[in-house]
Amino acid sequence: MTATINWFKYASPPAFYPLTGTLAPWFFAAAAVFGAMGLYVGFFVAPTDAQQGEAYRIIFIHVAAAWMSMFLYVVMAFWAGVGVAFNTRLSSMMASAVAPTGALMTFIALWTGALWGKPMWGAWWVWDARLTSELILLFLYIGFMSLQAAIDDPRRADRAGAVIALVGVVNVPIIYFSVQWWNTLHQGASVSLTRSPSMAATMLTGMLLMALAFWMYSIAVVLLRVRCIILERERNADWVKQLPEPQR
Amino acid sequence: MNWGSVSTFLAMGGYAGFVWGSYGVTGLCIALETTLLMARHRRLRRKTD
Amino acid sequence: MNSPSLPDALRCVLWRDLLVAMRRRADVFTTLVFFVIVVSLFPLGVGPELKLLRTMAPGVVWVAALLASMLALNRLFAGDYADGALEQLVLAPQPLSLLVLAKIAAHWLTTGLPLVIVAPLLGLQFDLPAEALRILVASLLLGTPVLSLIGAIGAALTLGLRGGGALLSLLVLPLYVPVLIFGAGAVEASASGLGAGAHLSLLGAFLLVALVFAPWATAVALRISVE
Repeated sequence: MTATINWFKYASPPAFYPLTGTLAPWFFAAAAVFGAMGLYVGFFVAPTDAQQGEAYRIIFIHVAAAWMSMFLYVVMAFWAGVGVAFNTRLSSMMASAVAPTGALMTFIALWTGALWGKPMWGAWWVWDARLTSELILLFLYIGFMSLQAAIDDPRRADRAGAVIALVGVVNVPIIYFSVQWWNTLHQGASVSLTRSPSMAATMLTGMLLMALAFWMYSIAVVLLRVRCIILERERNADWVKQLPEPQR
Repeated sequence: MNWGSVSTFLAMGGYAGFVWGSYGVTGLCIALETTLLMARHRRLRRKTD
Repeated sequence: MNSPSLPDALRCVLWRDLLVAMRRRADVFTTLVFFVIVVSLFPLGVGPELKLLRTMAPGVVWVAALLASMLALNRLFAGDYADGALEQLVLAPQPLSLLVLAKIAAHWLTTGLPLVIVAPLLGLQFDLPAEALRILVASLLLGTPVLSLIGAIGAALTLGLRGGGALLSLLVLPLYVPVLIFGAGAVEASASGLGAGAHLSLLGAFLLVALVFAPWATAVALRISVE
């Protein structure tokens, strides 16, 4: 008879806490490995772009960060929803742990987008549909974090955060669609920042490797943060008080 | 290999400011996020004793 | 005592909120004056050249409408929350989402509708032609209820929190963006000859979806804030 893992036991903070400690270093290591591979391909294998010169090499982090920013928002909304539907504290803690990293990814996408736009289109900010949607996504992340920060009662913060995260996740496609409509009407034939004339296979490999690196990094950092949140929220629990002395 | 020398690599075809500005800030953000989190964790572990 | 029927309860909530708003006419009035002042500030900021103003007008009027709607939002639940009437509403046997819908309707009648009525006058300040004014009014008529409906969710979530109005704006303004885009876009589309039909239909669709989902989400948020 095959043994099945009872995954649900990890839904309790004292069971999940040691798991984060074991897993986080592995994800940091994976991030470093994929990052090194991605940077190698991005700088030493992918050729110079005919139209954009060397500046295009920014896409290796811009696209990875943008993908992560959108993916993490959905992950955040998912855990917030699970936390409120099943009344599990740990799920809500995961949502709160994801938010700052998601916001950081959005910021990186916006920063690198601006630095890519300036040499390419001559302006630091071009109101491209994707960049504008990223900006609004940043506001959505900040809204979630501010709402939770303003509420003292952790359970009310969890539930209120879930409402705003779920309302946000439903609205993100609508916002993206509206901004694209607005952008095509106003800018007509302008080129989208993420549309490259032809993606050499090496460029694509570089992008995918960096995306994987960012993904592994995000998981590692979120595990580390949820560890901190668990310690903060469960500090009066016996199992926390009985944790061994820190090595350092 | 794409680059003839270290200096051509650093110059990035004239776009050094933009490319290294992007990678630099990203690296900084990542370093900051990780360091702050580790410090927060250490502070919390010390408090729970 | 028998509990009142649903239509009676809704009418009662609607009438009560309208009465409260009428007794505090100043609050209603200040929202409207804020709208007018903000719209009037833009020409002072960018210069009186009529061609520029005509291009800017739909966006300016719509942004001012957004801000005015948002400022008025804390009046939706805060008063009732402070004196305990909100708890009674939450405990009432009638479905909370419908009672909330009645409150939002009363709120829109006292804050959104005045904006719609005054907007053509402001449009004239920007030298908008008659057809553009018509579309502006239509877009605001469809859009301002959506603003009230979405805003209610934010108002319910931020009940009694420090950071109040600023936090509410942070939560709600990103969600307002599609309404802004299609509302102002409708007027621009009609001015450029493309016709506002598509924009107004989309606004109508937003209104229908908001009518179905926002009261329910607001009710959920109210229960979270009140308990």
